[in-house]
Amino acid sequence: MCLGIPGKVVEIYEVDGTLMSKVDFDGVVQEVCIATTPEAQLGQYVLVHAGFSLNVLTDIEASETLKILKELEAFNQSYYGEQDPQ
Amino acid sequence: MEDNLPVMQGAVCPIPISQHQQVVIGHGAGGVLTHDLIRNIFQKYLGNVILNQGNDAALLRMWQEIPEDQNLVVSTDAHIVSPLFFAGGDIGRLSVCGTVNDVSMLGAVPKFLTATFILEEGFSIADLEKILVSMAGAAEEAQVRIVAADTKVTEKGKSDGVFISTTGIGWVEQQRQISGQSALTGDAVIISGPLGNHGIAVAEARGNLGFRSQIRSDVAPLNDMIAVLLDAVPNVHVLRDPTRGGLATTLVEIACQSKVTIRLKEENIPVDRDVRSACDMLGLDPLYMANEGKLIVIVPSEDAELALETLRSHPYGHKAVEIGLVESSSEGQLLLKTPLGTTRHLDMLAGEMLPRIC
Amino acid sequence: MTASKVSPESIRQTKAVMDEIRRITTRPWNIMEICGGQTHSIMEYGLDQLLPEEISLIHGPGCPVCVTSLELIERALQIAVLPEVIFTSFGDMLRVPGSSSDLFGARAQGADVRVVYSPMDAVKLAQANPEKQVVFFAVGFETTVPAIAASVLHAEKLGLKNFSILPANVLVPPAMHAILQSPDNRVNAFLAAGHVCAIMGYWQYEPIAEKYRTPIVVTGFDPLDLAMGILMNVRQLEEDRVEVENAYPKYVTRLGNQTAQSMIDQVFEPVDRQWRGIGTIAQSGLGLKAPYQHFDAGVRFDIQLAQLQESPMCIAGSVLRGVAKPIDCPAFGTLCIPTNPLGAPMVSAEGACSAYYRFHKVK
Repeated sequence: MCLGIPGKVVEIYEVDGTLMSKVDFDGVVQEVCIATTPEAQLGQYVLVHAGFSLNVLTDIEASETLKILKELEAFNQSYYGEQDPQ
Repeated sequence: MEDNLPVMQGAVCPIPISQHQQVVIGHGAGGVLTHDLIRNIFQKYLGNVILNQGNDAALLRMWQEIPEDQNLVVSTDAHIVSPLFFAGGDIGRLSVCGTVNDVSMLGAVPKFLTATFILEEGFSIADLEKILVSMAGAAEEAQVRIVAADTKVTEKGKSDGVFISTTGIGWVEQQRQISGQSALTGDAVIISGPLGNHGIAVAEARGNLGFRSQIRSDVAPLNDMIAVLLDAVPNVHVLRDPTRGGLATTLVEIACQSKVTIRLKEENIPVDRDVRSACDMLGLDPLYMANEGKLIVIVPSEDAELALETLRSHPYGHKAVEIGLVESSSEGQLLLKTPLGTTRHLDMLAGEMLPRIC
Repeated sequence: MTASKVSPESIRQTKAVMDEIRRITTRPWNIMEICGGQTHSIMEYGLDQLLPEEISLIHGPGCPVCVTSLELIERALQIAVLPEVIFTSFGDMLRVPGSSSDLFGARAQGADVRVVYSPMDAVKLAQANPEKQVVFFAVGFETTVPAIAASVLHAEKLGLKNFSILPANVLVPPAMHAILQSPDNRVNAFLAAGHVCAIMGYWQYEPIAEKYRTPIVVTGFDPLDLAMGILMNVRQLEEDRVEVENAYPKYVTRLGNQTAQSMIDQVFEPVDRQWRGIGTIAQSGLGLKAPYQHFDAGVRFDIQLAQLQESPMCIAGSVLRGVAKPIDCPAFGTLCIPTNPLGAPMVSAEGACSAYYRFHKVK
């Protein structure tokens, strides 16, 4: 279950004791409750679902999937030469 | 309707108070209040030599002779949009542009409009004035005259502020064959600009989305752009505006009418970044969102270049782009080629589009 | 900006991954996703068209709308028509058929039924309408539960007496167990739902992978994410490896979002739940813990339910478990269509039947 989209935290405040924020999705600003990710900072990206944040975006430089992609890139280059494998 | 005040017969009603902030039932009764409303509000904003005659019907020849080599075109529509006011427009502008556009889709030049208003008891006169100013502005831009009008008042709760119904009259050259049945294999499919702005603007104005954007309705009269287009490219096959149901539903209709398969290229279909975001947030599909100022143009492929150039030179068409082509004859289907090269089938919108959670 | 959400770079990468899948596949494999959003994405991008014939994607019961039991829908309908109630729900629940009507129908009959995008909107409605009872239909997988838990906690902070939820949430791991334990199970590997795992992490799937020798890869939603998830599963299958891997590291860690999990634990506890078309799966739902029972609309409103009947023609259960395809159903496309659904999978945009109907008509 899904329909989460990433947006940038542009304001943080409290409403009746619950941590809230304004999140910018490419020009559309929505009020999002970040009680679920209290560590979120201004300027960070959060994944939002049903008006709440699910998680904060992580830097994936060292991730497994990126390694696989790089392997494939290298493989495809040697297999197809310099051409773009369309 | 006589211009003289009627004679009061017995104690039928109390002394009419003519300065009202809100519509009252008496405004629909046909008496003094109605006359006041017509003279001081409707005629003030919509007035022209025909409407101000104050007769039961309008004599169009008073304004313009109908050319003998043209066919008469008529279209009618009802408008119940809620909320009445939204970023970029309101029910007034929507009703004028909607009908002007419907008439124009046949390649006809719209000339006259009628408008009826069902007002709810308690509706704000100030809001009514705003709507009429907007209608007058739209009519002015579209160069049409509102020549007949009527108004009735319902009890509170029996309508929703105001309902407007408009009928448009125009004429079209007898040899024009622009219609939904006229798409041919090999034709190019063009859209005049980005999709979904109106649908999102109206949804946002309802106030319960919990978000704020700069998105505005695209509501606009397209008759001028169409006239310019037909001047440059007389051989246009189909014109239609993708209103309710959006681009996809409208193209399915055309595909079925013309008995063809239309194939679209998803990466060419224009959607503004913030509209895309709003749709993602709500779980709505921009291909099915309403547009009120966009035009689908289907032309022979050899005319596509010129059609695009012409549309792009007009303020309402500067983002026009070719989005697909009429591929073959069939029972009527609409296909979409994704950026991955795979194909999916697009259907008509089934019922109301529901925002999805997953 | 266009209707297409994928960049040329990611298209290139997706194709490269698909090429790799084709290169390494030597045997037929069935891979199941239990996530409506992934089903939708697969259909939207036609990803199954890019895979080799040997790979079959089975669309599991990942649409919480589709698996909400008939009994809960009927209960919702009965509560919605009460004059003092404002009944709130996510949009896609409105057209799910009960035994004779749906929430849309109830609205047309005069019930105050409103679409909300967040359970917090329902709390705000309760604040704004003190003379009304606001009920929220708590549907969804683990992704949505923290939002619901947080809303209940917020309502409690505000001291609201007119807010309640109708608990209908379901959990993914028990569903996986049920599918894998079934005698007609055909699933060889799973794509785990990326956003469920953003909350819960993926440590819960390790015992499942081990017990049933079934690879599981946490997967996202765009074409590249899905292609990667499938590739990592196929590699495991071809190499006879069994692991839980993470193809959505952007938002998923092994332990997940601990704050969100503790909110869930504070407010909810596992209960047995009926999955429409499948039957009762033990400990697969969430109910309110004792200190929060007063927020349970099922308790607050005393509803008597009559004998309930599903359409005899609907094979939703088999479709949801992946043992039948929508086209196997005698009513598919004829008696059962999106504008006149017999069962839940034809209603929701991600229901397998609806997605099939809309995306698969290319001859």
